[in-house]
Amino acid sequence: MLRYTLLRLLGAIPTLLLVIVLAFLMVHAAPGGPFDDERALPADVAANIEAAYHLDEPLAQQLGRYMSGLLRGDLGPSYRYRDYTVAELIATGFPLSLQIGLLAILLALLVGISSGTVAALRQGSMLDRIVMSFAMTGISIPVFVVAPVLVLLLAVKLHWLPAGWSGSPGAAKYVLPVITLALPQIAYIARLTRASMIEVLGQDFIRTARAQGLATKTLIRVHALKPTMLPVLSYLGPAIAAILTGSVVVEEVFGIPGLGQFFVRGALNRDYTLVLGIVIFYATLIITLNLLVDILYGVIDPRVRQR
Amino acid sequence: MLRNMRIRRRLFLVLVLATVSACGGSGGPELSSSVLNRGISSDPESLDAHKARSLQAADVLRDLGEGLVSFTAMGEMTGGTAERWDVSEDGLTYTFHLRPDAKWSNGDAVTAAHFVFGVERLVDPDTAAFYAQFVSEINELEAVDERTLIIRLARPTPYLLSLLTHPATFPMHPGSLSEHGDRFARPGSMLSNGAYILTGWIPGSVITLQRNEHYWNNANTAIDEVRHHVVTQEMTELARYRAGEIDVTGSVPPDSFEQVKKELGDQLHVAPYLNLYYYGYNLSKPPFKDSPELRQALSMAIDRELLVEKVSGRGETPAYSWVPPGINNYEPTVLSYAGLTQDKRNQIAQSLYKEAGYSADKPLILELRYNTSDTHRRLALAIQSMWRDVLGVEVTLINEEFQVLLANIQAREVTQVFRSSWVGDYNDAHTFLSILQSGNAANVPGYSSEKYDALMQSAAEQIDLDRRRLYLEEAEREMLADHPAIPIYFYVSKHLVSPRVEGWGDNVLDYHYSQHLSLKAGE
Repeated sequence: MLRYTLLRLLGAIPTLLLVIVLAFLMVHAAPGGPFDDERALPADVAANIEAAYHLDEPLAQQLGRYMSGLLRGDLGPSYRYRDYTVAELIATGFPLSLQIGLLAILLALLVGISSGTVAALRQGSMLDRIVMSFAMTGISIPVFVVAPVLVLLLAVKLHWLPAGWSGSPGAAKYVLPVITLALPQIAYIARLTRASMIEVLGQDFIRTARAQGLATKTLIRVHALKPTMLPVLSYLGPAIAAILTGSVVVEEVFGIPGLGQFFVRGALNRDYTLVLGIVIFYATLIITLNLLVDILYGVIDPRVRQR
Repeated sequence: MLRNMRIRRRLFLVLVLATVSACGGSGGPELSSSVLNRGISSDPESLDAHKARSLQAADVLRDLGEGLVSFTAMGEMTGGTAERWDVSEDGLTYTFHLRPDAKWSNGDAVTAAHFVFGVERLVDPDTAAFYAQFVSEINELEAVDERTLIIRLARPTPYLLSLLTHPATFPMHPGSLSEHGDRFARPGSMLSNGAYILTGWIPGSVITLQRNEHYWNNANTAIDEVRHHVVTQEMTELARYRAGEIDVTGSVPPDSFEQVKKELGDQLHVAPYLNLYYYGYNLSKPPFKDSPELRQALSMAIDRELLVEKVSGRGETPAYSWVPPGINNYEPTVLSYAGLTQDKRNQIAQSLYKEAGYSADKPLILELRYNTSDTHRRLALAIQSMWRDVLGVEVTLINEEFQVLLANIQAREVTQVFRSSWVGDYNDAHTFLSILQSGNAANVPGYSSEKYDALMQSAAEQIDLDRRRLYLEEAEREMLADHPAIPIYFYVSKHLVSPRVEGWGDNVLDYHYSQHLSLKAGE
């Protein structure tokens, strides 16, 4: 088991290295540099600034410098936020993105599964049709449309919630971003649950259970819910991915200082170190998670270890 | 059982509604009489005045620091840290007398040496300051004593006072630097000599400033706390303004401008602004190299009145000069054809186009580059059709990401006509005219004229302001006749200012110090 874990760990290193080198080359290949501006700099001022950030060195040397920094755990200074290091920006941005993402997933599961179940139980009823048309709308309307509409209604017209992140010190600022982010997922999960539940309810073991005189509530809770959840569970992977990418838009619209916003701004500003830092951070995160899953598989299923 | 469930469901609904409205209670906008909320379109690169560059950084820095000279709310020059100054007869020596009560936020006195230290750090290559060449006309700074500073100039520089209002020339506290190193400009460690101190900065979200009790003019500062909210999207900023979260916006979105004018007309402030929108030619390659007729033809065929009225539509003024109106001691010279009707201009443009060797059978084929933005796209589309209709030019529009466009403009390889703009750094014609001198980094068309350079040089040597002005005007006339670029319009500054804000003044530099503003109580 230990040998298996070590092997997997070693296998992850080249992947990460490859990601770093590719990302490094790609951000540097993008036209323009971090200090280009409409107010072009005098040549010697530009040279000074490039020298200060070692941008005047050959690319290979810059890569070497960056890698040796990485080995010391240093992601370097941000080029755009000259008073902050990349590590500091990730440390402030990631917890926020994570919080909002997790809340959105929880909300999506809660509302999606319950409304999907209700719709399945009342299949064909008015309620079912309402839930499903809501779900259809939720899937079809993109985040960048939903967000401003919610803001207009709940913040501008009704003044119930803040329109922007920095507009309120309390928890209220989470409501709109989380709902916006969760909405398409609620819709998807509701449809999945409904379809799956209808299928399960039509199966023999449910009919048998019903024939034994079980109450609907117990029937659903004890027998139907578990098999219904299978497709929803396998959808969680794509859902998390969608929430990660969706967070870029949501953070931009609501002015949330999360990792998504830093990533987009960083790419547009050619903030090489910030973009690289976030790529490396996410890559490490994903590789670690995959690794954990692989190791867990190894624990559960001995056949995997022997391969 | 069923009945029971129904009751439960109702209870649940009530609970949900209660939760939502409870959230609403705490989420409503904060209308404290002592907190001013302002919108800025991006984070400052830095709040170290020497590492800052953008207009947004300067906006925040003007709240935190103070130069020798400052501006009133209406944009008139006034004493800053210096209470008065004398200028020698030859215009080469300025003596500044600092206020005895000028203090840093830790209570230390602001001394002449702090200004000397600031400029020395600004020009030190190790600082890698964007504005390092900003003070190139200054030969020497001398701190005669704690409160007397002498600035000696290489040449008479009438805009020196204007430069001394810019954050790049603010004083620096050497002790703060040696204690905190290069990262002194952060909440908790940054010392300021202006009306406010930096108490919080969440990158990408908000910068919080609080009253500086040690500021010499603290008694006249009305607002206790200022929050600069970073709002990258103009539409979001407008929504937040309407929701009452922002009192002063940095801009107004083009698509909502008409609606805003109708609904919030009394809160909308549109004012002339020292900012030129222009199209540059790549003068180092054909077809525009050595072809002034063609350059003039394209310039004349643009109906600027129509553009500002129908396309940009936010109160901009058509540009027939390089220097915007409203500049101190200057009367911009205008393009020779400015007095003609558009029909007449079109006719002349057509004959110039022929003269340059183009015709319907042999049309000019052109690429027009602009950076991704709705306004730029619409303008480019309109100009594309004007050039096609009047001259028969076949224009391909190429929209590029901003950094890509900048790189292409600098390389001068693929560009032909490109969009650009220039914002004045100080209130003097020099800030606009100097960029077209040979070799200036911001001379993106690559214009180079001996005559123009000589006139600019002569202007620089004048002590007499009126004679200097004549040289500058002559230089502009000379340059406009060469058509190195097409001035299209002058931007206007656009802000929404909440009715509860008092003391707002429109000015051409678009500087709005928070210390001049106050908030009406109880609204």
